[in-house]
Amino acid sequence: MNIIIKGTTLLNPEQKINEKSDLLISDGIIKKIGSLNDGDYKNAKVYDFNNAYSVPGLFDMHVHLREPGREDEETVLTGSNSAAAGGFTGVACMPNTNPPIDTAEIVKFIKEKSQSHLVDVFPIATATHERKGEGLSPMLELSEAGAVAFSDDGNAIKSASLLRNAFEYTKMIDKVIIDHCEDESLAEGAMNEGITSTVLGLPPIPSIAEDIIVMRDIITAEYTNGKIHIAHISSKNAVDMVRQAKKKGIYVTAEATPHHFTLTEETVKSYDTNYKMNPPLRTKEDVDAIIEGLKDGTIDCIASDHAPHAIEEKEHEFIYAPNGVVGLETTLGLVLTELYHKKHLSIEKLVEKLSINPRIILKLPIPQFKEGEKANLTIFDPNLIWTVDIQKFQSKCRNSPFDKRLLTGKMLAVINKNKIYYENSFFTI
Amino acid sequence: MSLESKHLLGLYGTSREDIELILDTARTFREVLERPIKKVPTLQGKTVVNLFFEASTRTRISFELAQKRLSADTINFTTSTSSTKKGETFKDTVRNIEAMKVDMIVVRHESAGVPQFLTRISNANIINAGDGTHEHPTQALLDMYSIKEKLNKLEGLKVCVVGDIAHSRVALSNIYGLTTMGAKVSVCGPSTMIPHSLIKLGVKIYNDIDKAIQENDVLNVLRIQLERKAGDRIPSLREYRNYFGITTERLNKFNKEIIILHPGPINRGIEISSEVADGPYQVILDQVTNGVAVRMAVLYLLGTKN
Amino acid sequence: MKIKAIVIDEEGLKRTIIRLAHEILERNKGSKNIILIGMRTRGEFLANRIHKKIEEIDNSKILLGVLDATLYRDDFRRRLKQPEVSVTNITFDINEKDVILIDDVLYTGRSVRAALDALMDLGRPNTIQLCVLVDRGHRELPIKADFVGKNIPTSINEEVKVQMKEIDEEDSVYLIETPDEFKTT
Repeated sequence: MNIIIKGTTLLNPEQKINEKSDLLISDGIIKKIGSLNDGDYKNAKVYDFNNAYSVPGLFDMHVHLREPGREDEETVLTGSNSAAAGGFTGVACMPNTNPPIDTAEIVKFIKEKSQSHLVDVFPIATATHERKGEGLSPMLELSEAGAVAFSDDGNAIKSASLLRNAFEYTKMIDKVIIDHCEDESLAEGAMNEGITSTVLGLPPIPSIAEDIIVMRDIITAEYTNGKIHIAHISSKNAVDMVRQAKKKGIYVTAEATPHHFTLTEETVKSYDTNYKMNPPLRTKEDVDAIIEGLKDGTIDCIASDHAPHAIEEKEHEFIYAPNGVVGLETTLGLVLTELYHKKHLSIEKLVEKLSINPRIILKLPIPQFKEGEKANLTIFDPNLIWTVDIQKFQSKCRNSPFDKRLLTGKMLAVINKNKIYYENSFFTI
Repeated sequence: MSLESKHLLGLYGTSREDIELILDTARTFREVLERPIKKVPTLQGKTVVNLFFEASTRTRISFELAQKRLSADTINFTTSTSSTKKGETFKDTVRNIEAMKVDMIVVRHESAGVPQFLTRISNANIINAGDGTHEHPTQALLDMYSIKEKLNKLEGLKVCVVGDIAHSRVALSNIYGLTTMGAKVSVCGPSTMIPHSLIKLGVKIYNDIDKAIQENDVLNVLRIQLERKAGDRIPSLREYRNYFGITTERLNKFNKEIIILHPGPINRGIEISSEVADGPYQVILDQVTNGVAVRMAVLYLLGTKN
Repeated sequence: MKIKAIVIDEEGLKRTIIRLAHEILERNKGSKNIILIGMRTRGEFLANRIHKKIEEIDNSKILLGVLDATLYRDDFRRRLKQPEVSVTNITFDINEKDVILIDDVLYTGRSVRAALDALMDLGRPNTIQLCVLVDRGHRELPIKADFVGKNIPTSINEEVKVQMKEIDEEDSVYLIETPDEFKTT
């Protein structure tokens, strides 16, 4: 079957394309770009979008799909649906499942689960055996099975010596280590340390818990010539360190989450567990530093850290409640509202951070607008105003502090693997 | 006159008028406690649950006695393990209790914010009996009552809270309440036990106990809580005693009267010497009696509010 | 405030107090075993005055206390305004005494009921006698005053307003129309 995407602006900063052009897609392949004729229209279903952009399919390199282990919270399937609903055509999923993604079998299991889905799912495997921080995971085998990176996400890689070995070992396969930067001995708390934690009486986590590990990782990467990607960067100092390291030519990349550039620790004042995150929400100063880091390129990409939690888990006391937010379905809207409309990021930059850069970091091919290429694209309207409704989430879970928030900018459709997701439904083209 | 809120969650943001009303009302109940029959029928037919997720015999007994003296029906729900660990959500635990039709809930929990959480899921009046290291409003109210009883005022007084401030719910409530009432509040302790950010609340910080004694009218001495991992933050109890313990020798260095409060239970010979604990300046047992009166006042003011 | 009539003026109040003092002494055959207890707020001032008068007439010292019966009231749930409690000040033993309970206006009888309960919790008096400045009728409980300054039949939409110089501008008792917001329909 053929479809025509009519009226959108094709935008791909990688190809330096930014032009209003129609697209003819046939059997999942871009057949024609621009001036379509009557013949093209004859046997095609036409999707007519106005004031919308078509961009290389968005990619979220930090999601938790909970399968295997907590299928009650999310599965590869529901997580992929959530990704599509949020405008993503690809995700990389973190290995802190149960059992963790530390064998080739589990990598393959996840890939198989997602095989027929529109959304590409790329497993990130553990860096250490059983994610226990005691000895490397079988990285060569994991890589061969399809793991795109290594991480002990949920925790930092336990020791500098393990990290050093991980850097050395992954050189053989040229894959990145993603680190959840948090010094455990400083992180036994429930929110960011400062006047707010004092006033609220919640056990604090100082921002240096993050900074110390970021510094350790950068120094170790420099020493070993390794590749480090800093997950969910959240502190001003950490952003500064990454900036300096990049200037020195050290291979370090970083991602930031929408909640870390939209919310501050002040929101915790309600004791609403939907604001409990790890790393914790920090101060206005930190939020500003994240935005600055996104603007000047210190922070390479935006990832949701999609972390679904069952209602019964979030309904616990603040200190016991789990961290995280259902992120996939609000990320694009938040980025457009808070970064694009507030003139921090251009559409081009935004596409780099949500589509191009994550793929570069994970060494995945970047979708192109070129005749003969696979159609992998996201169509969004940057000016469409909508209200977040957690009840309409495709994710199995509802934990989000953004419920009822008015956002400007929304995905309209995603296309990948010869499938289209449009108006809440999947169709095979 | 009635309180602004239907709950007592903390003294942060509680108005001077409300604090005064509670302290004045407590005076009435203090008198009731001296009667041959120490019981009034005021809260007849009201049901109060003491929901204690953390062991605290003293506070619970004080509340229970206050409830009984107001003729309320009281139920104690005490569990030292969190419901989380049993699998039931906290919300379910509370909903179950509320389904038994209770009018007021007195709650103690190791997580800050639990009383606030309760107000969202329950219609009962909520009284915070201590949440995490957040607040313990009735303790601060009874501290203020005891100070006022002794010195006839709060306005202009200098009060220093001594001990592990970072892990104290009493310290914060004292800071909020006393500051609202016009007193000048400071804290004293080893610097590992004092959050830096307190300065932003306008609180003076002492690391020298002698100086704190010299410059204050009242010392509110906190228990050094061995169970709260004090070990990481002070080298030894011996060192704490030698540098921060309140002793007669220390007090005698300054020829002045100073009121000593302690929320109990006392570690005699650590944060306070026996001589001081039993000495002329302490109001520690008054605090216990006043605690019942203050809690009666809070229960009365919330329980009869329309 | 819409005044319908002055029921007792300053001079009248003086005379009434003298009369009540005499009646109390007469009924109790002197002041030997009596103690006076005023009910807050205006009952307290009334008690002070009667107390002074009795001591004057009898040339003796008698005990005087103040009772706040708020905690014993039965109307917490029905009132819009939370009643303010104040301290009861009875520092002596009431056991085996003849207690003269003094209040300004006797109306439904509910506050006297509360006061009786409160007194019972303080001890076991020999007798309790009720002395009021005004009895305006409309009793809801079987309570009757032993000493009455003046009986004033009232309608339900009238109020008796007692003013005493201790806290008001003048000594007087007015019959007024109930302000609209308090009217019972």
